[in-house]
Amino acid sequence: MSQSIVIRGATVVNPDAIAVADVLIIDGVIAGVGGSLQADIELDGTGCYLSSGFVDLHTHLREPGKEEAETIESGSRAAALGGYTAVVAMPNTDPAQDNVETVRFVREQGIVAGLCEVVPSGCITIGRLGKQLVPYARLVEEGVTLFTDDGTGVQDAQLMQRALMLGKQLGITMAQHCEVASLTTGAVMHDGECCSSMGVPGWPSIAEEQMVRRDIGLVRATGAKMHFLHLSTAGSVDLVRAAKAEGLPITAEVTPHHLALQDELLRGFDPVFKVNPPLRTAADIEALKSGIADGTIDAVATDHAPHAGHTKEQPLDAAPPGMLGLETALGVLNTAVSVSPQQIASLMSWAPARIAEVSQRHGRPIAVGEPANIAVWDTSTVWTVSRDHLSSKSRNTPFHGMDLRGRVRHTIFNGELVVRDGKALK
Amino acid sequence: MKHLLSSHDLSVEEILGILDVADHMAEINSRSLPKVPALRGKTIASVFFEDSTRTRLSFETAAKRLSADVMTFMASSSSLNKGESLRDTIETLSAMGVDAMVIRHKSSGVPLTMTKWTHAAIINAGDGWHQHPTQGLLDAYTVTREFGTKDSLSSRTIAIVGDIKHSRVARSNIDIFRRLGAHVVVVAPPALLPHNIESWGVEVRNTIDEVVGEVDALYMLRMQLERMDSAIVPKLAEYCALYSLTPERAARMGNGAILMHPGPINRGVELIVDPADVPGSRILQQVTNGVNVRMAVLFTLLGSGATTVLQQGGES
Repeated sequence: MSQSIVIRGATVVNPDAIAVADVLIIDGVIAGVGGSLQADIELDGTGCYLSSGFVDLHTHLREPGKEEAETIESGSRAAALGGYTAVVAMPNTDPAQDNVETVRFVREQGIVAGLCEVVPSGCITIGRLGKQLVPYARLVEEGVTLFTDDGTGVQDAQLMQRALMLGKQLGITMAQHCEVASLTTGAVMHDGECCSSMGVPGWPSIAEEQMVRRDIGLVRATGAKMHFLHLSTAGSVDLVRAAKAEGLPITAEVTPHHLALQDELLRGFDPVFKVNPPLRTAADIEALKSGIADGTIDAVATDHAPHAGHTKEQPLDAAPPGMLGLETALGVLNTAVSVSPQQIASLMSWAPARIAEVSQRHGRPIAVGEPANIAVWDTSTVWTVSRDHLSSKSRNTPFHGMDLRGRVRHTIFNGELVVRDGKALK
Repeated sequence: MKHLLSSHDLSVEEILGILDVADHMAEINSRSLPKVPALRGKTIASVFFEDSTRTRLSFETAAKRLSADVMTFMASSSSLNKGESLRDTIETLSAMGVDAMVIRHKSSGVPLTMTKWTHAAIINAGDGWHQHPTQGLLDAYTVTREFGTKDSLSSRTIAIVGDIKHSRVARSNIDIFRRLGAHVVVVAPPALLPHNIESWGVEVRNTIDEVVGEVDALYMLRMQLERMDSAIVPKLAEYCALYSLTPERAARMGNGAILMHPGPINRGVELIVDPADVPGSRILQQVTNGVNVRMAVLFTLLGSGATTVLQQGGES
């Protein structure tokens, strides 16, 4: 029997109410919400919000294959420190998550680390090569519900349509990385004024929007569920808004960095700001924010993408795209966007839990009898990000030296205290 | 000024200052013994990760005429082929004690990145499509001296013809020509114009025929043949029909108008005319001026600041 925990004085955030209460956890379950509760471990929640733990729809854990950049353990620790109790592991590992063995390995390494639930996604195509569909049903038996070739979009429209037809039959969600590859050959950054004067190949907005447009059409034709990963352009937000108004089963995420950072940052040719899709313009950022405000955007997802130091110490065009995100997500969202505590909980926990289909365990109300996957966080602490003090194995955060407002204080995963006062306990 | 990374790093005063020093260098280069001890004891490494003949030789000649020691790094014969990283290469060269590195690299931004890894002065000798600042300076020198207006190009019109999008020469030259007051016109196939060309402050025209009779300087860029393969331009013949300088077009150039090209020339592509047959051709003068201007840049970055040393004779 594990030790009981009480969190005192936090404001409990639920979809229908927000109120100060103590929360008692016994044996992995919320055992009391109210006053005068006693437990083995007492945690201070004063000045904090208490919600269901965050769920990241988009985490690159790099294991198996690139353990020098991140492992499932180090990534899980970064996740816990960011308030996450579940992360969806992207399938661009080596070997890729297109088979039962790899999917099982990822899930089990997550259990061994014991810091959050690691939810493997599956590939849409074998080896993410865009040629041949993965046998989804076998992976569905392993509990995989989200399929993506993230890092690359499925270019072949007929193949994508067939994937969606199978998706509809199996009740699974296809998650698209929207990028028409023929429009982004060698692309380094947003194809705008900055890119033009820097003399590097551009990644035009239309390359994303054309695939969003195509896939909305395919969803309309098949009726399958589709999730759009890391949308970055104003045009994409408009397309998804219209598709949702039509009633299509579409969801969408944005990343914290696309809400906070602009293409101008690349003027110094520093690969730490290189990411795919690229940082865009102020107008795009405003459109993403309006998408959050009106519900077009369902979730904020990190696209946490660790890269070992030497791989980012290359010319901008040769360096791999991607940036760290798990430990800074809350602070960046809260600093960049005007959001209420309930919006934060919805964007980072409730909606992604539904999209990843882990809502039996995550993203649930804070109420007696519910599983104790909990994040305690504030929206007021100002802290300075340092790449030297993050727990990821890599250091490629674009937020180094920036002040963020809002920080995770405690994380409870399956009833176990894994982060206390901003420190990982294992 | 510690480094020369981009034309944008230079104020108009600094540009004009370098061109004035280049006049001194031109005088030195006209002597029977064209050498001064201005940079004696300095070591300059030419670090070329991309093939180049004229720019490397131009810099090395400039350095030697100022009595600097020159170290040549050739990427093709280096440890890069053994997997050494760019950073390790630069740190290794730096540890040998060099005062300046002249860098050419196929990737935009590399000279700027290198400033983080060495205390040596970095001089950009061309990075990707980004910048080639000494080319911009030597071309500004060529045009200002041609027209006898040392401090300004106002009332001059310069047309740059060819692949603007992939050209570091275009980026440096447009910036410098414009800030010296010239009206710059670009002529290129649409797919070879950069995104947001309107923000560059240039006029865009569709064919060379529209500009050839109107401009003071016609600047032809090298058209890389591989662009034809990637369907950016449908066919060589179509490119030539709209953008190449033919003998007929050359004959329509205005009185006193000059022809320039950064080299190497693709004969039969951008130049169908033999430049030797064009009276206004300054293509070889550009090469000569390149040495003057690169001496001026090296002296400005590494010299003591006193120009008296330029009056002295060099060692034989």
